[in-house]
Amino acid sequence: MSAPTVSTPGAEAVPLPAKRRVAQLVMLAFAVLIVMAAYAAVGMGIDQKIPSGMLTYGLGLGGFMLAAYLVLARFAPWADPLILPLVTLINGLGLVMIYRLEVGAGGRGGASATTQLLWTAVGVVVFTVTLIVLRDHRALQRLTYTAGAAGLLLLVSPLLPVLGQEINGARIWIGLAGFTLQPAELAKLALVIFFAGYLVAKRDVLALAGRRLLFIDLPRARDLGPILITWGLSLGVLILQKDLGSSLLIFGTFIAMLYIATQRTSWVLIGILLFVGGAILAGMVFSHVQDRFTVYLNPEDPALYDRVGGSAQLLEGLFGMSQGGILGTGLGQGHPGLIPLAFSDFIFAAIGEELGLTGLMALLMVYGLLVERGLRTSIAARDPFSKLLAGGLSFLLAWQVFIIVGGVTNLIPLTGLVTPFMSQGGSALLANWILIALLVRMSDAARKPPPQAIQDEGLTQVFQR
Amino acid sequence: MSELTLLLIRLAFLAVLWFFVIAAVGVIRTDLFGSRTAAAAPARKAPKPVKPPAKPKKGEPRQMVVTGGPLQGTTITLSETPITIGRANDATLVVTDDYASSRHARLFPQDGQWIVEDLGSTNGTYLDRSKVTRPTPVPLGVPIRIGKTVIELRK
Repeated sequence: MSAPTVSTPGAEAVPLPAKRRVAQLVMLAFAVLIVMAAYAAVGMGIDQKIPSGMLTYGLGLGGFMLAAYLVLARFAPWADPLILPLVTLINGLGLVMIYRLEVGAGGRGGASATTQLLWTAVGVVVFTVTLIVLRDHRALQRLTYTAGAAGLLLLVSPLLPVLGQEINGARIWIGLAGFTLQPAELAKLALVIFFAGYLVAKRDVLALAGRRLLFIDLPRARDLGPILITWGLSLGVLILQKDLGSSLLIFGTFIAMLYIATQRTSWVLIGILLFVGGAILAGMVFSHVQDRFTVYLNPEDPALYDRVGGSAQLLEGLFGMSQGGILGTGLGQGHPGLIPLAFSDFIFAAIGEELGLTGLMALLMVYGLLVERGLRTSIAARDPFSKLLAGGLSFLLAWQVFIIVGGVTNLIPLTGLVTPFMSQGGSALLANWILIALLVRMSDAARKPPPQAIQDEGLTQVFQR
Repeated sequence: MSELTLLLIRLAFLAVLWFFVIAAVGVIRTDLFGSRTAAAAPARKAPKPVKPPAKPKKGEPRQMVVTGGPLQGTTITLSETPITIGRANDATLVVTDDYASSRHARLFPQDGQWIVEDLGSTNGTYLDRSKVTRPTPVPLGVPIRIGKTVIELRK
């Protein structure tokens, strides 16, 4: 090797992490194309011609996503290139399935692809607004307790006399000017922000104090406060609102974040014990929890099948998926309309019928990759708050998919939760788009090269962001 | 429309769906290891630094990895810009640690080496076992200790 000249080799030798904008655009176009192909396949399957709505829906979705992409390229240029395309595919397939169910049912039955497309548009708008307004996600850390209070308020708001509404046996809706909203969806986000901020401040005491017993480090009794309060909160949701899903979701997410913050297994064990205890207690006292358990253990029972709120929905879903088999019946060629509420809670079963196990696995892979990108953001994040927030949000998404897919496949008792980005429902779509905006914002911060120093030397440095 | 066409549409759609998943994994792969041309070229032509450091180096450090403490696992890709470590919110690596100062230490490149400099911290910065009292070159893989956080430079 010849003697090199004195220079700054760092400039050429170290490549900056790429922005990967082209990869993102290509993947985004690919996702939109798959969605359009799915529309075409639905039309071919149902009445042997390409549906007239294909261009409207496909180009509509493509347009929204292009707008989201442009905003992202402008305001979060270093963001992860995969998050947006993955979400686009999931959201788009959900739209196709809802469209298919709407056509299959002849417009009756509650599935409405137009409404869902409208909510997708609102979701994308909220996504872009979040990205534009929230330039530095660490501003959320200052709102720790505000977020906590907001989360609680949103959680209890359906119980208020005028505002709250009870639909399908669960009191989780509020009516606002003709719209119904599920505030619990937004409450989840607020609570995750609160947990992240709170645990950053308190994690040392939760992680370090305590005694060692056998193989696990037991925390001090007085440090059990937060976990007991969250436990009580999720039990409250379960009892007062009859909402099993949200209850499990909130408590599970808190346990996971506690584990991320302290890296102590004892918290997970304590959490599981508390949850099992709470579930058994609730199962003994409340009939609606008990009903879910009987259905879970014995869905084939004819008496249960015929009962209102019995196992009919679950069993039809299982029948549908078995009908689909490995390769599925093909889009538009199955009978997912037989499953009650196939467009909301049971959209996963409807997809399973028409795309088969192969399609479901692909879909779960897409969810898995999305969560992986979130956790990757968490690992790469440079400050503890973003680490916890990104980890918590990714876990929230993964946990939600697990709870609903596990319920639909009868792996765990069925709890009413939406499949993120797929089920029909505006509030959930809105909340999940905000979640994605937060992840994108944090991945942008994590992947951005370190800030440039304007001055070279000295103790006081000015940084350009 | 024949059965066969519908079967083909069905299979083609599933294949395309999986192709999307594989393409996504491909993007992640490039993200982790860098595209072949971009990553391989600089590794081969990385010039030897002018002043040979204490230990013989095989190349430039390319990233800073947190190997201990609450931020364990964080990786920062090194460029020609200095890296600040401390509790202050504008530090490159923000550590929440009672044993760290707001502006604790600084890492900067000079003549192909990375230098660690303590910025007058209360509890000091340690390179391996010795306290950093003046700007010191950091060899690859040697731990720098700041409070509870341990970082090292890697290729």
